[in-house]
Amino acid sequence: MELLFFYLVALVAVLSGFLVITCKSPINSAISLVMTFFCLAIFYVMLHAPFMAAIQIMVYAGAIIVLIIFVIMLLNLGTAEKARTTHSLAWGSVVGALMMLLAMTFIKGGDTTSVQGEITNEMVAQVGHTELIGQAMFTNFLLPFEIASILLLVAIVGAVVLTKREV
Amino acid sequence: MTPELLSLSNNWPLFLGSMIVKILAVFVVVILMVAYATWLERKLIGHMQTRLGPMRTGWHGLLQPIADGLKLFFKEDIIPSQASKVPFILAPMMILVPAFITMAVVPFGPDLVINNFIIPQQITDLNVGMLYVLAMAGLGIYGIVLAGWASNNKWSLLGGIRSSAQMVSYELAAGLAIVAVFMLSETLSLREIVALQMKPLWGFITFLPNWYIFSQPLAFCLFVVTSLAEINRTPFDMPEAESELVSGFCTEYSSMKYALFFMAEYANMIIISALISTLFLGGWSGPFPGFINILIKTVGFVMFFMWVRATYPRVRYDQLMFMGWKVFLPLALANIVVTGLVVVLLQ
Repeated sequence: MELLFFYLVALVAVLSGFLVITCKSPINSAISLVMTFFCLAIFYVMLHAPFMAAIQIMVYAGAIIVLIIFVIMLLNLGTAEKARTTHSLAWGSVVGALMMLLAMTFIKGGDTTSVQGEITNEMVAQVGHTELIGQAMFTNFLLPFEIASILLLVAIVGAVVLTKREV
Repeated sequence: MTPELLSLSNNWPLFLGSMIVKILAVFVVVILMVAYATWLERKLIGHMQTRLGPMRTGWHGLLQPIADGLKLFFKEDIIPSQASKVPFILAPMMILVPAFITMAVVPFGPDLVINNFIIPQQITDLNVGMLYVLAMAGLGIYGIVLAGWASNNKWSLLGGIRSSAQMVSYELAAGLAIVAVFMLSETLSLREIVALQMKPLWGFITFLPNWYIFSQPLAFCLFVVTSLAEINRTPFDMPEAESELVSGFCTEYSSMKYALFFMAEYANMIIISALISTLFLGGWSGPFPGFINILIKTVGFVMFFMWVRATYPRVRYDQLMFMGWKVFLPLALANIVVTGLVVVLLQ
């Protein structure tokens, strides 16, 4: 049952991913990208990581793609013209094949297949995914968290300064 | 044998059956409520302005929503020749679907026990329930932005851009307002939040339930106001300010597509009301059996929103942005700080 559902979602994910790169209009590509992110979020849910799924939709689908759509809308980008595609196709397939190889090696014998460390499936089920992330973020990884927040603050202040006409 | 939670692994036919029944029931109830919310709004505002509202179709106009639906359904569906077809057709769906699927996490009654299996009266109890709601609220922007852009019309584009700016700014304040609730509940699951609110208030006042409206009055007010802005209702209905923007992002829409925008507005209103009742007013808990409690609370909030529409004029756009960023956001942040302090001191 779960496998069937996985195949269905995977099919939609691959199809919409394909649409992202084949659509002529950039807006349609962006919409397809939203769909791809949605499918990824469903995968996170199936992997018992609901927090990741929610964040995936909130940040990627809810914020970043909205930004992309705004850029497309306000710059009024037209549809893509026929460009020289053989070079990009060749490079794309080489990079794609490398990525595929990498993914395969990880799946076959890498760290991703076996869970290591103290956080196990049982622990996630017992304590909860959100609680675990929160605990890790505010204890062991407090410094990187604070650094990231300072970075974001700097970015916000920078955006305000850049767009303000007179300071 | 103690009853266990029904899931796909322990009894899949019963699980699938109960799931389909629950989804259909919620969907039908929300659709009916959307239809009759339009009637209720016209009636209420009519009486507030000493008019009668719809009277002709059926007894006190009760068949009006059906007549309206039929009328819109049989109207000609026009797609402007200069519009971008795909986003133009997708936009009404992209606004309605997130509104409806948000309802999946709202619990509407106590757990049922059938055949030694616990069936929660909620479509799904997500561990991250409220985050899911916020994520779906974020997706609602797409419909409006795309509708505005795809129509290839200045009014529509202005409406779309205004609306997205408004939704982005108020989403932030709404999200921060309910963070304070989670600091008290220590869970994001709506089912557990309802369960926590059934205890006596602050653990010792026995005649009052532990509704979060008593512990978080500021968060409650903030959430009500910001969600009004979030669902684009008066006094924050900037995107479709008819006196300036014709009809905003749905200017070019006709027939069933226009009806979808209309339905989405009312569906959003009902869902936000259900969420406010769940987060702050104890959800389905109350004196009546089952889902009647949450129904009463939800309809109460819907009527409150209609009352607000009949009372307040539209705010100006710069006032709206000023309130969002300089009033509601700092208030929500201050609320979080104070709640955090109190929670730490009480530990």
